[in-house]
Amino acid sequence: MKLDSAVPSGPIETKWDRHRSEMKLVNPANKRKFRVIVVGSGLAGASAAASLAELGYSVHCLCFQDSPRRAHSIAAQGGINAAKNYSNDGDSVWRLFYDTVKGGDYRAREANVYRLAQVSVNIIDQCVAQGVPFAREYGGLLENRSFGGAQVSRTFYARGQTGQQLLLGAYQALERQIGLGAVKMSARTEMLDVVVRGGRAVGIVARDLVTGVISTHSADAVVLATGGYGNAFFLSTNAKGCNVTAAWRAHKRGAGFANPCFTQIHPTCIPVSGDHQSKLTLMSESLRNDGRVWVPKTAQDRRPPSEIPESDRDYYLERRYPSFGNLVPRDVASRAAKAACDSGLGVGPGGLGVYLDFGDSIRRLGKSTIEARYGNLFDMYKKITAENPYEAPMRIYPAVHYTMGGLWVDYHLMSTIPGMFVIGEANFSDHGANRLGASALMQGLADGYFILPYTLGNYLAQAGNSQAKEDQPEFVAAASDVKARQDRLLGIRGKRSPDSFHRELGKLLWDKCGMARNAAGLKEALAKIPAIRAEFWQNLAVPGTGEELNISLEKAGRVADFLEFGELMCRDALVREESCGGHFREEHQMADGEAKRNDADFSHAAVWEYTGEGKEPNLHKESLTFEHVKPSTRSYK
Amino acid sequence: MNLTLKVWRQAGPSDRGRLVTYEAKHVSPDMSFLEMLDVVNEDLIARGEDPIAFDSDCREGICGACSCMIDGVPHGPDRGTTTCQLHMRHFKDGDTITIEPWRARAFPVLKDLVVDRSAFDRIIQAGGFISVNTGGAPDANLIPVPKPDADKAFDAAACIGCGACVAACKNASAMLFVSAKVAHLGYLPQGQSERDARVRNLVMAMDAQGFGACTNTYDCEAACPKEIPADFISRMNRDYRSALLKGDA
Ligand SMILES: Cc1cc2nc3c(=O)[nH]c(=O)nc-3n(C[C@H](O)[C@H](O)[C@H](O)COP(=O)(O)OP(=O)(O)OC[C@H]3O[C@@H](n4cnc5c(N)ncnc54)[C@H](O)[C@@H]3O)c2cc1C
Ligand code: FES
Repeated sequence: MKLDSAVPSGPIETKWDRHRSEMKLVNPANKRKFRVIVVGSGLAGASAAASLAELGYSVHCLCFQDSPRRAHSIAAQGGINAAKNYSNDGDSVWRLFYDTVKGGDYRAREANVYRLAQVSVNIIDQCVAQGVPFAREYGGLLENRSFGGAQVSRTFYARGQTGQQLLLGAYQALERQIGLGAVKMSARTEMLDVVVRGGRAVGIVARDLVTGVISTHSADAVVLATGGYGNAFFLSTNAKGCNVTAAWRAHKRGAGFANPCFTQIHPTCIPVSGDHQSKLTLMSESLRNDGRVWVPKTAQDRRPPSEIPESDRDYYLERRYPSFGNLVPRDVASRAAKAACDSGLGVGPGGLGVYLDFGDSIRRLGKSTIEARYGNLFDMYKKITAENPYEAPMRIYPAVHYTMGGLWVDYHLMSTIPGMFVIGEANFSDHGANRLGASALMQGLADGYFILPYTLGNYLAQAGNSQAKEDQPEFVAAASDVKARQDRLLGIRGKRSPDSFHRELGKLLWDKCGMARNAAGLKEALAKIPAIRAEFWQNLAVPGTGEELNISLEKAGRVADFLEFGELMCRDALVREESCGGHFREEHQMADGEAKRNDADFSHAAVWEYTGEGKEPNLHKESLTFEHVKPSTRSYK
Repeated sequence: MNLTLKVWRQAGPSDRGRLVTYEAKHVSPDMSFLEMLDVVNEDLIARGEDPIAFDSDCREGICGACSCMIDGVPHGPDRGTTTCQLHMRHFKDGDTITIEPWRARAFPVLKDLVVDRSAFDRIIQAGGFISVNTGGAPDANLIPVPKPDADKAFDAAACIGCGACVAACKNASAMLFVSAKVAHLGYLPQGQSERDARVRNLVMAMDAQGFGACTNTYDCEAACPKEIPADFISRMNRDYRSALLKGDA
């Protein structure tokens, strides 16, 4: 496997502009002869599919939900960053670039991040033109807020439903192209394999989730926009259907998987309430702007929070990080919450919670101001917990939220399989070891609206038509692999449901490869996962058949992939002998418990190559050099 | 608590379907309605039976996938709440709960509680957008939008496309859904140039998809988990009349 990042030469500020004018173009008359498959209709997939169709390509888009509008992007709450400097507070493309590289703990590729910051400004223009109802000032101009600890206000938002509004914008653009006949949309369809022919990605195998029909689709390029793999942990803030299947199957066909151990644990989620829990709910990070995080000073303090006087409270973020206080980045806030709970100071059932208290803000600003800012979040909290956050502090705990790892891509967003591009959360690109708040929406739309349409054209102009057809042996073989695997899942007729295996894997990953990791725990997980997998293939229960809508079969296929992927995640965490961003290795910490990065040995993206079932994967490294943002210790003290 | 469920089971689009009774035991009040169904399904799988098929994804009340008719009410008894955000503390020990799919000609049942809502997508295809291609948009602040208009556009855009409005309506009308899209884009300056054509095309598509007529009973408003106001319907009617008067201009 060769890793060529294909970063253009020249100064970072002009790389993209110059490259854009140098990339090859497809003759407009020929565009419709190129068939592009876009798997996924979230922000990345919908924006890409619509933009490519507008350019004239023949696009086929798939999603597993019943409508492209329901992709997981819909759930994003807080906002989207852009270096518009509308707030006149000193923001710039450079500052957003700098913050992203630093926030990612120096594990991202500088050139990609710079381009992301550059195109961020176009995204807002595009979305406004589409009619996205962003928050406005009384004068009619766009309102910004500071988010996730940024020192400038560069976050655009639409109440607590920014993802919904951005996705509806992209979805409407996509539906327009569907109506014009430029995009063929297959909803309730799951991609189950990539077809590679002569070293080039030329199609996919998909299953119609209603009829069960397995079909093959040839193309000139394949784009994966299939989102993140946070559901490997079973419990996460992701939608129930989020999965690693498309990325994993592509990996098994030759796509390198980069930094699988980089997972983001979000500090402010509603704690688990019982064994029945099916997912976790995020409370937007914006709450930390006005809420203060604390735990009682003494362990097992069972008094209700209102009876614990100031002197008995530990506002541990304000104490440990006086300059950033409650606004420290996510990884830092999550680990601090874990540390508090591990030392017995946690509150609520099982001691797995800390308080997020609005008492001071309500006294200072009035209830109505707090209600205007966070009303919908407070309502949501109340609905789920039956507790009133205006009267008692919220209880929060960290939860798996986002995955920085993903399929490796070069500057053109192309994976190690020529012809297969990966965009949005599914790729590993721009966030290094930790993503800043409000930057995933930005990246998904940057990839789909403003980067892929250029780089894909450049590829097609050079690679030409693939001449792929569904009757070629590679398609027939891939379809029969998919069918055989499905038959195997259905044929076991054992006793345990797909969810029961998923929960077991998820708990193991959370305990051993979650907020804090160590070699012994990771080795233990690496020994246990194959055993769970073996039982899965012997004792799985999937009722029904493959020729119908079968929710257990869908889940089983995804769990089977998580069971393979989970092992790679632990392996990656084990060999990365340093702490950086969301990856905290207990062996590598400073005397005060802060993360200890090791730039001498680990300033690289770890890219894994699949070598066959039961075989050790090969590790390749893309070394990262920092010419513009000099690595320093991230300090938020 | 222990509950009795009467659940609509239908093997496929051509099956006639029927209500089947199940016991849901040891239900915790902190569970969501769908988590309660998850537990019932785990029991079914353990017994080798087909689990109850239902749609869900975000489980946060925002994607619009979940869609259960609970005791004859779309999304159940808690107002302004989707099925996935309905918690079992709204029920009591010993209750019998009837769970059915959305019922509407335009939403055929695919299996059990799962229906086909692609008619909504086809309505949007007919004009639920602003026709701008990617690239070339002017600076975002060149288009000031008065805050009250932006807020109203947002209120309308909050629709999650779940279809509860259609399920609640005795005529299975999609007026609330369509009028919300008309209002979202119609309140914004960006949406003005296509305003007349949009409302005409959307109404035409709505009829073509087999949704019924609106008789102003506003059951849709009561059922909407996002509490989208029925005022948008009268606003759309005004837009529609005015667009017709202007003819094809
Ligand atoms: C609760 C929550 C809040 C968030 N808030 C913010 C925020 O405020 N700001 C921010 O910047 N980011 C936020 N994020 C992160 C952000 O929402 C996601 O990273 C981003 O939306 C991912 O977009 P995407 O297009 O890459 O993937 P997704 O939106 O996940 O879309 C994936 C698509 O792929 C399809 N798909 C997947 N697998 C297959 C398959 N095998 N076959 C066919 N189709 C498939 C799905 O159907 C779907 O259409 C939040 C995330 C969560 C969970
Ligand atoms: S599952 Fe998304 S709204 Fe209920």
